[in-house]
Amino acid sequence: MRVCVHVRRCQEGSTPVEMDGFGSEFPAGGSGGKVDTGTIMEQVKVQIAVANAQELLQRMTDKCFKKCIGKPGSTLDNSEQKCIAMCMDRYMDAWNTVSRTYNSRLQRERARM
Amino acid sequence: VLHFHSYNFSASEKAEATELQRMIAIEQQKAQFQAQVHTFTDVCWDKCVDSPGSKLDHRTETCLVSCVERFIDTTLTITNRFTQMVQKGAH
Repeated sequence: MRVCVHVRRCQEGSTPVEMDGFGSEFPAGGSGGKVDTGTIMEQVKVQIAVANAQELLQRMTDKCFKKCIGKPGSTLDNSEQKCIAMCMDRYMDAWNTVSRTYNSRLQRERARM
Repeated sequence: VLHFHSYNFSASEKAEATELQRMIAIEQQKAQFQAQVHTFTDVCWDKCVDSPGSKLDHRTETCLVSCVERFIDTTLTITNRFTQMVQKGAH
């Protein structure tokens, strides 16, 4: 299963995780001496996106290890591999659901203020 | 707020730096949102997901939504009550 973490650039058949800013490329070419706001912002966005992906993977690994690996054997057997793959998909589904719910709640609270 | 001290920045450089600061603040806000989503997902996964299947069923989806809402309600309840306690002089 292909996973795409940049919703706007996801192709057909891959599962988008609703994050923004992951996978941006650095703009090509230099502009000489002056500091380019665009370049800095691209770097900031990439750094934040990378940190976000690392956080996701760390928590996902923790949850899926707990769910899928009972007594650790000498290798990961087939059922464990399948469980891990399913768990990853479900974790990202859960992440997206939580993201939407939180966003809605924030908008509701802002409307009240 | 940026403080331009002894450096000779042109007006356009100062404007650019201020704009940059504003844009970075927006990205930080987005990052804070993401961080909260990680926390909620962590907590609510434990509450709502027993064994991961081929998709999230309706019961699990509903649980996740409720979990996020109730977790936020809990945070607000605790914040408000704690504030009252502090104001009344409790330690």
